[in-house]
Amino acid sequence: MENILSYSAVELGAAIKAGKTTAVEAMEAVLESIGKKEKEINAYVTVDRERALEKATQTQKKIEQGELTGALAGVPAAIKDNMCTAGMLTTCSSKILGNFVPTYTAEAVLNLEKAGAVVIGKTNMDEFAMGSTTETSAFGVTRNPRNTQYVPGGSSGGSAAAVAAEECFFALGSDTGGSIRQPAGFCGVVGMKPTYGTVSRYGLIAYGSSLDQIGPLAKNVADCAAVLEAITSHDTKDSTSVERGDTDFTSALVDDVKGMRIGIPRDYFGEGLDDEVRTAVLAAADVLKENGAVIEEFDLSLVEYAIPTYYTIAAAEASSNLERFDGIKYGYRTPDAEGLGLHNMYKKTRSEGFGAEVKRRIMLGSFVLSSGYYDAYYLKALKVKAMIKKAFDDAFKKYDLILGPIAPTTAPKLGESLSDPLKMYLGDIYTISVNLAGLPAISVPCGEDAKGLPIGMQLISDSFQEKKLIRAAYAYEQGRKERA
Amino acid sequence: MNNIISDETIDYVGILAKLELSDEEKEQAKKDMGSMLDYIDKLNELDTTGIEPMSHVFSVQNVFREDIVTNGDDRENILKNAPAQKDDMFMVPKTFD
Repeated sequence: MENILSYSAVELGAAIKAGKTTAVEAMEAVLESIGKKEKEINAYVTVDRERALEKATQTQKKIEQGELTGALAGVPAAIKDNMCTAGMLTTCSSKILGNFVPTYTAEAVLNLEKAGAVVIGKTNMDEFAMGSTTETSAFGVTRNPRNTQYVPGGSSGGSAAAVAAEECFFALGSDTGGSIRQPAGFCGVVGMKPTYGTVSRYGLIAYGSSLDQIGPLAKNVADCAAVLEAITSHDTKDSTSVERGDTDFTSALVDDVKGMRIGIPRDYFGEGLDDEVRTAVLAAADVLKENGAVIEEFDLSLVEYAIPTYYTIAAAEASSNLERFDGIKYGYRTPDAEGLGLHNMYKKTRSEGFGAEVKRRIMLGSFVLSSGYYDAYYLKALKVKAMIKKAFDDAFKKYDLILGPIAPTTAPKLGESLSDPLKMYLGDIYTISVNLAGLPAISVPCGEDAKGLPIGMQLISDSFQEKKLIRAAYAYEQGRKERA
Repeated sequence: MNNIISDETIDYVGILAKLELSDEEKEQAKKDMGSMLDYIDKLNELDTTGIEPMSHVFSVQNVFREDIVTNGDDRENILKNAPAQKDDMFMVPKTFD
């Protein structure tokens, strides 16, 4: 048999169904790959071998008995470590949750398990998903499998690296300002952030609740569609969960973009964009054009206001969401708590438990929400958010999709980003407004720079139009194969 | 830098954020917050008169449900996560004399 690790998730599912391999063999292969590569890559915080093999065995039985028939049945999957998994360590890559074992499982993960996917373990991330490089993890940096001197991106860097290094067949990530799409772009895999409310956030440890959304990282567009189809559900446990009927995303895997109207925002191709990235992304647009899409340049406007808006809103929500980590019911508590008094115990616990980037955002968030500054900063940002949403609404009156880069550059070198936070934040310029407007977007590999680092193209659609995204991304993937 | 963050402000934010910063961390926080606020001030270039602040992108209403308990008693596992416990309860440091 050919190397099982090179299978896509859907190919593996089909091979298991056809009896050519088993869920157990697939899991053994993945665990062996993890054993070989983890020392260098460090994509995982936790790998539970025993449990993974036991679940794979149970799953294989159910497949043989005809109980599990879905496309992902028996396929090993990695989960970002900010999604709760009952009985399995869930750390958010933070010291403050370093010993936390949830008593329940996130709805998205439950949905995956219902579809027959088998959880391998939990992937590394920027602490509390705050960062763009996976360097703020309390459990060490993850390295980019394409070149280990470079970061994998973030915050879902462990998930992207695990997919790229064949340490899983697909992974779940979360995207608050680009945290699925940017690492997917940097590691050369496909990543998708669905419309806000499509995937339940129940059991996802909150960062910026109005922006957070779970989505897939996978080897190709077909896998991405299959995983999204499996994890989507209307969940009464998440009050922002949306009830939608058109969730048969795999039906959109159609190689046809004839007549599709695609807008290219001039504002995404201005100053600061690396030339190699520009060339690769425009070449990708050409592939779609050759296949019948109608491509046109336009002005999106307000692009430079997305980052300050985002960091105000995300920091505000983070400061509120992270108040719960107080050393009382779970997680880390300062060892010399006795005699400190309640407030000093809280303060010491949190100061020792959180890393620098998390503290920076909690401080900023507390400030912009404080009396006297609330209107000037937080409310102002919510108004600009409304303007940004309107700019997208106007664009989608003319276009089915918006096409642009994922990030201004390819992956930075390890150790070069954290010293200048503001500069790091600027790298999020093309991804962040999508979260502010609640839109779906997909990151598809579209080339490499001279150093061999992957370049990602981003497609954005209007809310609830994931099928257009999937169709165009799939057609691009097929078109590029034909060209090569 | 246009936004100069005073020691008083950083101490006050520290209280709101329930964070205790070392002197070194405080100096860094003053610098970081000042430069972030300078950057955020860019939003003042936009006239937002008459624009409704948008907290949620879709016009969803508050979601109500009957107050029925659906999850079971999982006290034992929940308590396992406690930094300290005693007699099936969370134990906290002494908070008053």
